[in-house]
Amino acid sequence: MTGHGTSVSAHGVTKTFGTGDSAVRALRGVDLDIRFGEMMALVGPSGCGKTTLISIIAGLLSRDGGDLHVLGEDTGGMSQRQRTAWRGRNVGFIFQQFNLIPQVSIAENVAVPLLLRGHPRSDAIDRAAHLLSEVGLHGRESSRPTKLSGGQQQRVAIARALVGEPRLLVCDEPTSALDGATGQMVMGLIRRMASAPDRVVLLVTHDERIYHFADRIAHVEDGRITHVSTPAEALAQAAIAAGDPPPPSVAPPRSEA
Amino acid sequence: MRAIAIKMLFGDSAKFYGILLGLAFATLLIAQQSSIFVGLMSRTYALIEETPQADLWVTDPTMLFVDDTKPMQVTALQRVRSVEGVEWAVPLFKGLLVAKLPSGSRQLCDVVGVDDSSLIGVPARIIEGDTSALRRPDTVIIETRGARGRLAQPADPGDPAAGRRPIRIGEELELNERRAVIGAIAETKPTFQAVPTIYTTYSRAISFAPANRRTLSMILVKAGPGEDIAALRERIERETELAVYTPRDFAWKTIDYWMKQTGIPINFGIAIGLGFLVGVAIAGQMFYNFTLDNLRYFGAMKAMGAGTGQLLGLVALQGLVAGALGLGLGLGVTAMVGLSIPQDRLAFKMTWHIPVIAAGAVLFIVVASSLFSMRRVVKLDPAEVFQG
Repeated sequence: MTGHGTSVSAHGVTKTFGTGDSAVRALRGVDLDIRFGEMMALVGPSGCGKTTLISIIAGLLSRDGGDLHVLGEDTGGMSQRQRTAWRGRNVGFIFQQFNLIPQVSIAENVAVPLLLRGHPRSDAIDRAAHLLSEVGLHGRESSRPTKLSGGQQQRVAIARALVGEPRLLVCDEPTSALDGATGQMVMGLIRRMASAPDRVVLLVTHDERIYHFADRIAHVEDGRITHVSTPAEALAQAAIAAGDPPPPSVAPPRSEA
Repeated sequence: MRAIAIKMLFGDSAKFYGILLGLAFATLLIAQQSSIFVGLMSRTYALIEETPQADLWVTDPTMLFVDDTKPMQVTALQRVRSVEGVEWAVPLFKGLLVAKLPSGSRQLCDVVGVDDSSLIGVPARIIEGDTSALRRPDTVIIETRGARGRLAQPADPGDPAAGRRPIRIGEELELNERRAVIGAIAETKPTFQAVPTIYTTYSRAISFAPANRRTLSMILVKAGPGEDIAALRERIERETELAVYTPRDFAWKTIDYWMKQTGIPINFGIAIGLGFLVGVAIAGQMFYNFTLDNLRYFGAMKAMGAGTGQLLGLVALQGLVAGALGLGLGLGVTAMVGLSIPQDRLAFKMTWHIPVIAAGAVLFIVVASSLFSMRRVVKLDPAEVFQG
């Protein structure tokens, strides 16, 4: 379900942490375009810059150089306060460790983004309950997160990420804390619920088993995007790297940035 | 979000009860020790409180506190009476004398001699007998604590195991080899010296005391109708060269003496300071740890669009709720302890200042630990939520 227009447009984006000898160049000129309606996966080895890139795209970090427009806006020119408000309006997050508040019910957890934006509590809880029902947790609204399985907790996190109807959904290793089958189920849910013509989903993962949920795969290495491929091409490349013969139907990866 | 912040506080029961008990214990120590201190200090001026009829107290200028009697010449009374604006002025004797009890034992007593004709200075609450008993020869009035305590007599002189009984009306004491008959028993406020107090007439008190040219301990003065007390005070001081105090000033002069000349404030100050440190160490540390434990959730909220001010508000709310509950619990326990132990045994007086001071101390603890916690929240980088 691909929409029209570019939701994320990055050209020559750089980011360096620290100064002098201890400086770490996390991003060395990233070029990437993502269309509305797309689910883009960022893959690559640990420390390659994936997390820095999604943090900058999501407005959590500022870039040092290059051009970046997300949802038509240049977040680099915003103040901290403006970026915070922009995130609240536009970005949903699904974290690796769920980050659900253990002392409150799952309905209240899901309602947090709305409550932070000043929605009345009853409205926020009603919308949270609706989302929980959509992720298959109807009747469990008053349960505490600690009473749920890992897969159920990630379903709560999905509901929380979507309750504010964000246009950009950022998923950081959403299946790394889950077993294989649960990971597939969770990704299926994200794919089903998050796909919309006016929304873009950015996924960071090491898990090759969920590549096929993405529309495209951006390969990150040493702070750059080396190429963008289809899930099938990425899987073939991974198989070759692992010493296995590639599936015959898989074409060689495209060199696209 | 306020409800969620409070649920986060209550939901972590181990830390919440730790914070609550730490704050309650700090409040208990601060409020209880302060109340005992105030209770003890208020005992030092019990005589002034027991004599509400006087607008002014006249003493020798070198007198330091109410028990530090420096007798004046009896002519001082006439000089005070002659000052314009004085409605009446009556003498008061106060001195420590040894009483020989019916059992033969001896006991140091505080003897108060009041004006023979008006009996101004006699305790208002007579629980056995009558004030008019002082009109009979050799009669004295004693107070209940002394009657039940140090003046108590053997229940059965032939049997030491029978215990002791309160001394009774009609029984006789000897004060400086002179007979004194108990005519009434009064209820009075406990005094700091904790020796029995014996009330009698001024002339009789002088006869009990060893011969002395100066016998007038204090003069009680009533101002004339509509008279300005401050102006009258200045006038008496100017015309008699004696020291003149309002009851309030005399009480504070007495408190000031005990505060400055004894180690009592330092001892209580140490206990109160320890209570404060306990609060900082236990509750402050626990609250800080509580915030640290929740930092990842605050980080997630920050990523989801929560402003730093919004998060600080949540931390402040959690601190204030914990502080209010800890303060309430601590003050409640303090009041229960104070009310359950008789005033004779525990000098306890919780004035309105004490809860305010305890609240200030708890607020300081909560604000200080919240500020430490808030520092972490302010510095929190929302991108840290992606660090796993």
